[in-house]
Amino acid sequence: MRIFVNGDQREIEPATLALALAALGYGGKKVATAVNGRFVPVPARAATALNDGDKLEVVAPMQGG
Amino acid sequence: MFYGVELSSRLLLGTARYPSPKVLADAIQASGAEVVTVSLRREAGPERQGPGAGQSFWSIIRSLGVRVLPNTAGCHSVKEAVTTAHMAREMFDTPWIKLEVIRDDETLQPDVFGLVEAARVLSEDGFEVFPYTTEDLAVADRLVEAGCRVLMPWGAPIGSARGLNNVYGLKALRAHFPEIPLVVDAGLGVPSHAAAAMELGYDAVLLNTAVAEAGDPVAMAKAFAMAIDAGRMAFAAKPLEPRDMAAPSTPVLGKAALGD
Repeated sequence: MRIFVNGDQREIEPATLALALAALGYGGKKVATAVNGRFVPVPARAATALNDGDKLEVVAPMQGG
Repeated sequence: MFYGVELSSRLLLGTARYPSPKVLADAIQASGAEVVTVSLRREAGPERQGPGAGQSFWSIIRSLGVRVLPNTAGCHSVKEAVTTAHMAREMFDTPWIKLEVIRDDETLQPDVFGLVEAARVLSEDGFEVFPYTTEDLAVADRLVEAGCRVLMPWGAPIGSARGLNNVYGLKALRAHFPEIPLVVDAGLGVPSHAAAAMELGYDAVLLNTAVAEAGDPVAMAKAFAMAIDAGRMAFAAKPLEPRDMAAPSTPVLGKAALGD
């Protein structure tokens, strides 16, 4: 299925958010996630199914003022 | 004292726009800041950029042992800001959030209506909100009503280096909220601006660009720290009020009569 990861279109196998993050190379990294504008905390990733067309945001600590 | 946390430094420093990670780390140390602001941005997968820019930035910040104040920079709606705050709380393991809800892209002027609403939502959810606001008294009052126990009025638009645009407004805010920690956030250019804020009785100063984009950020960080200490000491020493006419400092009494 097709999802958007940080604005880029990606093809992934149907999966939960936890599995998708691992498949996309974010496994073990310090990141926070939101699906379709809603925050998904770490403990909820395994039970959050992704659907075709979902917009996934994956963010990390960055410089800020 | 921010939400029960006692700090010895009155300088909060931003971490953006430094010429290199090394200069960033050295500037933080030179400033003596115990709180630095950070943000959340999209992290590319490993196929794009190795270990990820965010991961290496975070390891630098952690190695310095400073407290972090995550921001919601760039958010234009209550929903965006609230979602960002939740992601930040998980990421940085802190209830602190520097809340920015921006309305105007030219001046980065806060959307004070969205700000108050987001502050209320987040405070009710256990966040300790540091709102980036204007010096408007009524807005400040609404923010306190919404649960904020720190207020961060701008000195001038972010990155503008103009200093304190509205000294009268900032003084009025200080007088109106004697018990709320007040931080001048944004718009400062040189250490004398920071000293001026402290002389008004402000509790602290938050700055970023003035240090990061100085020719020598490490020296500038130190200069700001000294100015903030000087300004605070001057405030505690009760400065004179300005007056219109001269007042001779040398005693007139006992002056020798030497004229014709």
